[in-house]
Amino acid sequence: MRTDITYINERSPYTDLTEGLQLYAGGTSRLFKTGEWRTNTPVLDQDKCRQCLLCAPVCPDSSIPVQGGRRLDFDYDHCKGCGICAKVCPFGAITMKEGIEA
Amino acid sequence: MKKTVEIRWHGRGGQGAKTAALLLADVAFKTGRCVQGFPEYGPERMGAPITAFNRISEDQIRVHSNIYDPDYVVVVDETLLHSVHVTDGLKEDGAIIVNTPRSPKEVRSLLRGYQGRVFTVDARRISEETLGRNFPNTPMLAATAAVCGVMNRKEFLGEMESSFAHKFAKKPEVIKGNMAALEMAYDQVEKDMAKTNVSPVDQKATAKQMKQSA
Amino acid sequence: MSMNGSRDRQVCSKAIPERMSGNEAVSYAIKQVNPDVMPAFPITPSTEIPQMVSTFIANGEIDTAFIPVESEHSAMSAAIGAEAAGARTMTATSSAGLALMWEELLLAASNRLPIVLTLVNRTLSGPININCDHSDGMGARDTGWIQIYAENNQEAYDNYIQAFPIAEDPRVHLPVMICQDGFITSHAVENIELLETEHVRRFVGEYRPEEFLLNPGKPVSVGPYAISAYSMEAKRAQEAAMERAGEVILEVADRFHTMSGRGYGFFEEYRTEDAEYLMVIMGSAAGTAKEAVDELRNEGHKVGIIKIRVFRPFPEKEIAEAIHKSGCKAVAIMDRCESYNGNSGPLGSEIPAGLYRNKVMVDTVNYIYGLAGRDFTVDHVKDVFKELAQVAQGAKPAPHHKYIGLRE
Repeated sequence: MRTDITYINERSPYTDLTEGLQLYAGGTSRLFKTGEWRTNTPVLDQDKCRQCLLCAPVCPDSSIPVQGGRRLDFDYDHCKGCGICAKVCPFGAITMKEGIEA
Repeated sequence: MKKTVEIRWHGRGGQGAKTAALLLADVAFKTGRCVQGFPEYGPERMGAPITAFNRISEDQIRVHSNIYDPDYVVVVDETLLHSVHVTDGLKEDGAIIVNTPRSPKEVRSLLRGYQGRVFTVDARRISEETLGRNFPNTPMLAATAAVCGVMNRKEFLGEMESSFAHKFAKKPEVIKGNMAALEMAYDQVEKDMAKTNVSPVDQKATAKQMKQSA
Repeated sequence: MSMNGSRDRQVCSKAIPERMSGNEAVSYAIKQVNPDVMPAFPITPSTEIPQMVSTFIANGEIDTAFIPVESEHSAMSAAIGAEAAGARTMTATSSAGLALMWEELLLAASNRLPIVLTLVNRTLSGPININCDHSDGMGARDTGWIQIYAENNQEAYDNYIQAFPIAEDPRVHLPVMICQDGFITSHAVENIELLETEHVRRFVGEYRPEEFLLNPGKPVSVGPYAISAYSMEAKRAQEAAMERAGEVILEVADRFHTMSGRGYGFFEEYRTEDAEYLMVIMGSAAGTAKEAVDELRNEGHKVGIIKIRVFRPFPEKEIAEAIHKSGCKAVAIMDRCESYNGNSGPLGSEIPAGLYRNKVMVDTVNYIYGLAGRDFTVDHVKDVFKELAQVAQGAKPAPHHKYIGLRE
């Protein structure tokens, strides 16, 4: 039966879980804020960025949104701060800052 | 016929003893009986001794074991008489039917002291005469039907003819030969049964059986 | 729920007398149900089932999609995929085939997929052997599948038809294993009463799952990873479905009774009233045991049989009550399978546990019989009852975990 899974959490009794823990929605990973795991935070220098878009596909958490051929600022709700984007950027436009704030 | 008749078939893998047992179950079913037809399975291959079984009854059959004390034993290949104890558990008031050109008297010496009735059918000759090839299980099936008295001649032949009509729908020319094989074997055995030269034990057994079937 | 409402309107089907082997009977039931998908890999003694179903498909008699796979591991994997996608799916196997499905059996159950598997019971190696015992089914007894065992071809056929409405009931949503004894019933031609296809189809109904993968606009994820914070709850919920399966099995049996005139429960009590000695047994040997009971009753012995039909969910309380109600002095518990636990077979463990929990204190003796096709006869049953009487009368100490027909 189709259930709003956003109401299910770690305090839900077993009788409230879905059958076989099936998820009745697409893209549910968006609901899970992995940004809370971050200890280092990438910061984008808009002036240095040439919009080459090398950073977007290497992000393991799809936290670099791209719109109309241009990357936008980071999705800090989901970025875990792994630093791959900073490593791959040929222009030094991304720097890793200590802490959880940009 | 007794309430439940148990038959054990002895043959060699590939000779059609299992098929004959299933065919007998088939005909008996068509005459309204409860039936069971099953082989003893193993990894045997062509030529290895095999057994198959029939139970035919007026009541539902519930037993799911092999048959150790059969009323009738059918031996599709007489060479088995030397290697397999085919009469084990066979009831003295029952009978054994052997595919051989030899007479019952000649065969009896190989039956480890069995005192009951012995019938022999030259199934190879009958098959070759009627079908042009050696299919011993067709005459043996008819002989078995005649001896165990599961159904009368007319019922048996009638049901077999309709089975053949279905089975050989694409080659109806073989039906005639198969029917002739059945009739020849059935009539020969029926004649042998009627002969008076049976032992005193046999006469008693026949009388008992007739009483039971009455 | 969106199950087909026409299931409720049930009328009697005409009985069609036939003679068939157990494999033929189940294949015929498959033809009548016409499931959507059958992935299967052949293995003795269930090989005839995929073979016959393939023939029905080739003849255009049914439109089931047959998936030839390279192993049973793949067969059950494909069954899981097909069922999750929204197709009514079934398969058939035996012995090592079921063992190779092991991982997927648990997935099918935990993903709550109502797959139907027809199991033709055959021993597990070793020694390598193709004949019947229950070690394959018993090996899968804790995989979360409902298991129903048959005495003969008729029960295999009837149980198969009931499997789909049980599995697909929204209170259950669990896979069902329909078991029959390899060769003993699978290859034995016996009388059977078939039902009319139209009635079978109406009984089983159209399969309309509420949630399935190939459902545009309604995405669903099946079988996600679960952290410890959820896994235990998921398992408990699965167990709750197995508990609910009991009432559904009885409801479906009731509807089946209306259609066919043949009644079924969790188990069958045969001449248990006033019985001093009982035998609990499962599968084809129950018929042999009934024959022995009739003969013993004619001689004045008060003996009876409890034939287990539903092994999962295990009707522990009901069996204990039935044993208690009979007032018997001792019970023989018959296992066609060894557990290798140093004590008893599977029924030999579960039934005494149920008796104890329900405070029914009666002597039990666990017998192991018929392993790897060893024949089990009317005389064996009589010997068991004889020994049971000696035990109850104190003439003999209760044997612990005894083999029947063993050379010692």
